[in-house]
Amino acid sequence: MTARRVLNPVQRVAIFGGTHGNELSGVFLVNHWLKHGEEIARPGIEVRPFITNPGAVEKCVRYVDTDLNRVFDSENLRNENNLNLSYEVKRAQYINSIFGPKGSEDAYDVILDLHNTTSHMGATLILEDSKDDFTIQMFNYIKTSMAPLACSVLLIEHPRLKYATTRSIAKHPIGVEVGPQPQGVLRADVLDKMRRIIKHALDFINYFNDGKEFLPCILEVFKVLDNVAYPRNANGDCTAIIHNNLQDQDWKELKPGDPMFLTLDGRMIAYEGDCIVYPTFINEAAYYEKNQAFTTTQKMTLCAQAIRCTEPK
Amino acid sequence: MSPTVQCGAVSQVVVVGGTHGNEMSGVCLAKHWLQDPSELHRKSFTAEVLLANPIAVERCVRYIDRDLNRSFSHELLSASGSESDSYEAKRAREIYQKYGPKQSSLNFVIDLHNTTSNMGTTFLLFKGDNFALHLANYLQTKCVDPSFPCHILLIDIPEGGHVHLQSMGKHSVSLELGPQPQGVARADVLTRMRALVNCSLDFLDLFNQGTEFPSFETDVHQVLYRADFPRNEDGEIEAVIHSELQDKDYLPLKPGDPIFQRLNGEDILYNGEKQIYPVFINEAAYYEKKVAFIATEKTHCLVPALKVQN
Repeated sequence: MTARRVLNPVQRVAIFGGTHGNELSGVFLVNHWLKHGEEIARPGIEVRPFITNPGAVEKCVRYVDTDLNRVFDSENLRNENNLNLSYEVKRAQYINSIFGPKGSEDAYDVILDLHNTTSHMGATLILEDSKDDFTIQMFNYIKTSMAPLACSVLLIEHPRLKYATTRSIAKHPIGVEVGPQPQGVLRADVLDKMRRIIKHALDFINYFNDGKEFLPCILEVFKVLDNVAYPRNANGDCTAIIHNNLQDQDWKELKPGDPMFLTLDGRMIAYEGDCIVYPTFINEAAYYEKNQAFTTTQKMTLCAQAIRCTEPK
Repeated sequence: MSPTVQCGAVSQVVVVGGTHGNEMSGVCLAKHWLQDPSELHRKSFTAEVLLANPIAVERCVRYIDRDLNRSFSHELLSASGSESDSYEAKRAREIYQKYGPKQSSLNFVIDLHNTTSNMGTTFLLFKGDNFALHLANYLQTKCVDPSFPCHILLIDIPEGGHVHLQSMGKHSVSLELGPQPQGVARADVLTRMRALVNCSLDFLDLFNQGTEFPSFETDVHQVLYRADFPRNEDGEIEAVIHSELQDKDYLPLKPGDPIFQRLNGEDILYNGEKQIYPVFINEAAYYEKKVAFIATEKTHCLVPALKVQN
């Protein structure tokens, strides 16, 4: 007989928008829910919508001083040098004081953090921990509910490339990434996908708290392998851009020898890895400054045990 | 039959990228051509390259203090400079001094832009600039790409007079290509823009060498008005561009067609009296200008033949 994990009911859920101030779907939805909370209300659960980077939202930029979605590490969260802290580090400490503290029993159970990308990634869920059965079960539920619309799962567990996200203060951190959408633009189709993901996520939590048992499941995920940089000249300018054959081909296989970049003098640069990979975040606007042309992933399958709640209401 | 218009030879051609620092096709091309301008050489001239707003390019933003492409007003250009001027006002004066009109020469300005709207290839030019219309017509015929269909849009000149960078040219065109997000360089858009610039230079070279361009008729779009998003009392956007209008630039919008949708499912319909042609639908840079789309009308115009004056 398979094992079953018995977990405490979910009591507190936060929905973050505006972690990047120019990713407008989350900003728009969270601002809407701050005024009209009935859509996200579920019995017995505190669901709190929250704008995480109001300074960046106001200016419609990704961040003011530094990327908020990279500073939730223990060093920044503990830093008490108040005079010299960047706007985002101060903000991170504030957010941690409300929804954390990160890693403690007092932290929120679930944080859904809403993002957009300029890449052709469709509806994407970001998983931080391959052992988090609760979140794997939730993603499986969302994927099934979104079908026939594709909903991909990106696993960012990586010894070197994993970063300290805003949502990481929760016991179950969930990234929601929907694209393609330009920065500073609201598209109805993207908004609709994001809204449906949140509905299904909250419904899942509601069923779970009600005592529904979720049977063991398997989930196909794309696990981060590496980031690929742009070719640059001595001035630091890009000398090549994403090749037309790769543009908009997120989650599709890239084989050794396939075109990857087009140089400005007209040459094709091929992918030279030694195995098939699945690229994602292809030509994401915000990653030029991070020098990431795209991220390579490998496909794998995660298994989650059955889960149910301790004390059905 | 209208008579042939005769113009002096074009002696200075300027190709401008980075007027808006986050419109990457022009930025990438201008940077490349500054390193290697060989592509811009023609028999009768070599085009000059200008990266118009280098600090905005470096920061990958539209502008630093104010929109450079609204800073070429007589008022700003003729003011005696002061330290407290905005970066773009200073930059506009520098550019105007170097590339602005000179008595001895006839200049042509090609300004490279991108939009997040689905506007394909748009030629932005001034009403009555028959020279620019001929260039647009030449490109429409010789530089065809079904993925980026061509449209001519007449620039709406504000009441106070010219403000656009291209107005420093005796004749000028802006190549507005989309859709492309800000801060992103797409190969399809970049390749398209590059072909258009090359073909434009070919046209100018043919003109200089005496080719006569016959008269033609063409459709042009003229601005009627700007439409803002529905907003609440705090000025916040309450509804988004309707999914049926999104990406439908240059297609007719009829009275009763949906234009916006609210989160409660309610549609907002176009309640004008006549059919319009919306453009710049959901352009990122126009949110701050309070423009959700620009309504245009399609008109037809006859352009007389063009030949160089010997």
